[in-house]
Amino acid sequence: MNYRLLWRKTVNNIMLALTGVCALVTVAILFFILGYLVWNGGRDINWAFLTQLPKPVGETGGGMANAIVGSAKLLLVAALVGIPVGFIGGVYLSEFGGSAFPAVVRYTADLLNGVPSIVMGIFAYTVVVLPMHHFSALAGGLALGVMLIPIVLRTTEEFLRAVPQSLREGALALGANKWRAISSVVIPAAFRGIATGMLLSLARVAGETAPLLFTSFGNRFWSHGFNEATSSLPVMIYTYAISAYEDWHRQAWAAGLVLLALVLVANIGARVILARRQSPARG
Amino acid sequence: MSGSTVLVHGSLGGSGIPSTPGRARRWVRRLTSGDEIAHLITLIFAASIFLVTVLLVFELYRNSALPRHKFGWNFFVTSTWDPVAENFGALPFIYGTVVTSILALLIAVPLGVGGAIFLSELAPPRISDALTFVIELLAAVPSVIYGVLGVFVLVPLLRNYGEPVLKSTLGFLPLFQGPMYGVGFLAAGLVLAIMVVPFILSVSREVLLAVPLDQREAALALGATRWETTWKVVVPYARSGIFGSVFLALARALGETMAVTMVIGNDPKVAASLFAPGYSIAAVIANEFTEATGDLYTQALIELGLVLFILTFILNGLARLLILATTARGSEHA
Amino acid sequence: MKRLTALALGFSGLAATVFLGLLSFPKPSSPAPAPPADRLQIIGAGATFPYPIYSKWFDEYHKAHPDIEINYQSIGSGGGIRQLLSGTVDFGASDGPMTDEQLGQARFKVLHFPTVLGADVPTYNIPGVSAELKFTPAALAGVFLGKITKWNDPELTKTNAGVSLPGNDIVVVHRSEGSGTTYIWTDYLSKISDEWKTKVGRNASVNWPVGLGAKGNEAVSGLIKNTPYSIGYVELIYAIQNHITYGRVQNAAGNFIKADLASVTEAAAGAAKEMPDDFRVSITNAPGKNAYPISSFTWLLIPAKIDNAQKKQVITDFLHWMMTDGQKYCEPLAYAPLPKAVVAKEEKAISRID
Repeated sequence: MNYRLLWRKTVNNIMLALTGVCALVTVAILFFILGYLVWNGGRDINWAFLTQLPKPVGETGGGMANAIVGSAKLLLVAALVGIPVGFIGGVYLSEFGGSAFPAVVRYTADLLNGVPSIVMGIFAYTVVVLPMHHFSALAGGLALGVMLIPIVLRTTEEFLRAVPQSLREGALALGANKWRAISSVVIPAAFRGIATGMLLSLARVAGETAPLLFTSFGNRFWSHGFNEATSSLPVMIYTYAISAYEDWHRQAWAAGLVLLALVLVANIGARVILARRQSPARG
Repeated sequence: MSGSTVLVHGSLGGSGIPSTPGRARRWVRRLTSGDEIAHLITLIFAASIFLVTVLLVFELYRNSALPRHKFGWNFFVTSTWDPVAENFGALPFIYGTVVTSILALLIAVPLGVGGAIFLSELAPPRISDALTFVIELLAAVPSVIYGVLGVFVLVPLLRNYGEPVLKSTLGFLPLFQGPMYGVGFLAAGLVLAIMVVPFILSVSREVLLAVPLDQREAALALGATRWETTWKVVVPYARSGIFGSVFLALARALGETMAVTMVIGNDPKVAASLFAPGYSIAAVIANEFTEATGDLYTQALIELGLVLFILTFILNGLARLLILATTARGSEHA
Repeated sequence: MKRLTALALGFSGLAATVFLGLLSFPKPSSPAPAPPADRLQIIGAGATFPYPIYSKWFDEYHKAHPDIEINYQSIGSGGGIRQLLSGTVDFGASDGPMTDEQLGQARFKVLHFPTVLGADVPTYNIPGVSAELKFTPAALAGVFLGKITKWNDPELTKTNAGVSLPGNDIVVVHRSEGSGTTYIWTDYLSKISDEWKTKVGRNASVNWPVGLGAKGNEAVSGLIKNTPYSIGYVELIYAIQNHITYGRVQNAAGNFIKADLASVTEAAAGAAKEMPDDFRVSITNAPGKNAYPISSFTWLLIPAKIDNAQKKQVITDFLHWMMTDGQKYCEPLAYAPLPKAVVAKEEKAISRID
């Protein structure tokens, strides 16, 4: 037996096994996170937790109902700000435009995507909170909404481009003008992908904490409307988790589980919907 | 309006201002047709993205004027952060951000690329897709949850087992000396590594899958083992895409706030040991922004934000170039 | 395929409706019924030092006046001052009185109203040691300056003869943000240690020679509880509620005093008699046989002029309530109530709010 060949085969087996270990470690981490949260948080998700307001400091009990609703409000504002801009911008990039300006838009969108979320918070603070002289769900929602834009833009453009040119040409041949063609044929054809992109982007910003610290701030009570400081799940988790109160820790776990469950459901749902498209055959 | 029946192909292009009345009439007619309006509206929305980004940078620049004038370039090399004496230096934060990010990459890149190799070359397609799906879900986990797990699981583990073991085996290195708190650069680096591994893994897997089959087959035909094929042919081919994913992961690690501030120790010092507590740009902004009294203090924090922005700007640009290079090369060889 | 899309869209639509429904239905605020249309929410921010009692007060006040919600966010005294000056909150709260410079920076006049008396206590977590340690001023200064690095340092062992202190490194924990609790602590250290005074100084946010930073009294308590051989400073109630051991401190008269109602009240005795008109006073290292040396008032920072008539009425009413009914909640939460002389003076001062 050629020793060199034996050596090469051994290296082959070891390295390939190692790569398997890498993949397994990564997967194991996710299951660990999930398991740990379920174990610690599952016990404390009860009706009181989901419907009550926080109790005074040091007293046990109370819940995070206002944080759950607050997060929903923030996402609503974020969606209203970010989704139309991202969507229509994506339509522009895919269907209209020459080559220079769209390239600029794409690059700035990538840039925006890379902006650290805390910097987005500073931006929303200087542009909304200071002029308005108060913290609000609007400011928080704006920060999140701007973070949404690049993601929605990219997915919209990608899925619109994937629509075969023949569909567009068919619509035009039937006498539609360009806009009719886009709105009644191309967009509906790509809609499933676009919608999942929107859903995923919302799930992504739902977990953001940093931009909310000095925009929506926090609220021990319900916030009415969108013009008041608002509690939110990620901020509550952060505040409770770093404290020393055992009861607050338990509530932080429970809230973490709620948040993670929502995010994962959105992600899984989006991918299941998308996977219904034919997957490319692997070589 | 039912719209004109004129067929238009391709983009209508930008309309300049017409120069004669006849042209003007036709321009107005084109303007009022649905297409031109649609073009205009979508253009405005797309342009707003550009404008928002410009506004962002402008606000950051404008609101950091005081420290820029007072400290100039010294800001980047001073390591005092003294709100009492109003002496601010960015060095500890830049150091902490860079050290934790590099540590994160040192762990995440082998893990991510290794896993990507496994999933693209070795695993059967169904398992590969399922595992990738699961791993991409990791990328969706909110960062505050990573932080919570860092505080309750990772930090005690490090303090009680991890750091003592490192100290006893590698304690001759300055990296592993000093008191062991649990929190510190090491904890932050590890948490960041876990957060960016999914990005590296999923992008690397995509680019590895995109390598043409004939490259692999040629290597195997020449007698290479599976590993040799992968390591010496496939991976170098996909190299720029992998580097691109690394840059993207780095950009994400640099800006990560919550998970880092919960485990880094929040001490603005430059220290050689990984066991020491440190600080990062994003963490100090999160902790001190709401209460920075005095304009110089606040603006010093904003200047830190500007620094972070510029860093991610450069990295994103590099990443895009690299990923572009890979796809260009791929199409060349197709 | 179409059915699945329809199902998915339907589900999301349902979820969206549920969310929007939650938003629009009147919410029960425990335990009062839905707030009436003229409900008012006032927002304040600042000190974590008095957060336990403030949150109790605002909760009780809300129960007594269901249409009034006072939303207080504990972000640290520095934050309270800053947000008040920026005009983003209706009132602030701080355990370090505003400096002349800060008052000068404000676009409007700010009034200080003392609310309770509290104490910064040295809390520590030494595995195996549950005894109450005695700290001299020099010991505390040395530890926080980073000069005393081990638990069995002579400065610590000489006053704790009966306790076997280990040779482990001391892990110092301090605040990472602008904090009135820090102000009180550094104020005391500046008074008893010239080295501290020149090297670090007194402020809400200082350049700490050593230690780990954590955000708020809450997180400092958390970090100490989780970190063996650590020491930090927190407001008394945080040590009590979180079951962390805290030690005695040697006062100006030479006695080792434990922080409690009596010792904190005694520390304020001198100030009660000679309270300045603007209520800004420091009572650390107070004379008095059994005075606790690291005590302090904590203040609500109220703008002297409040434009919104409804808010002004609520704030002045709350201040009256706080000084009278509110004080009965102090003791169960280990804060000392305001001395009567101070309350009398404050009642008169409320009329300064325009």
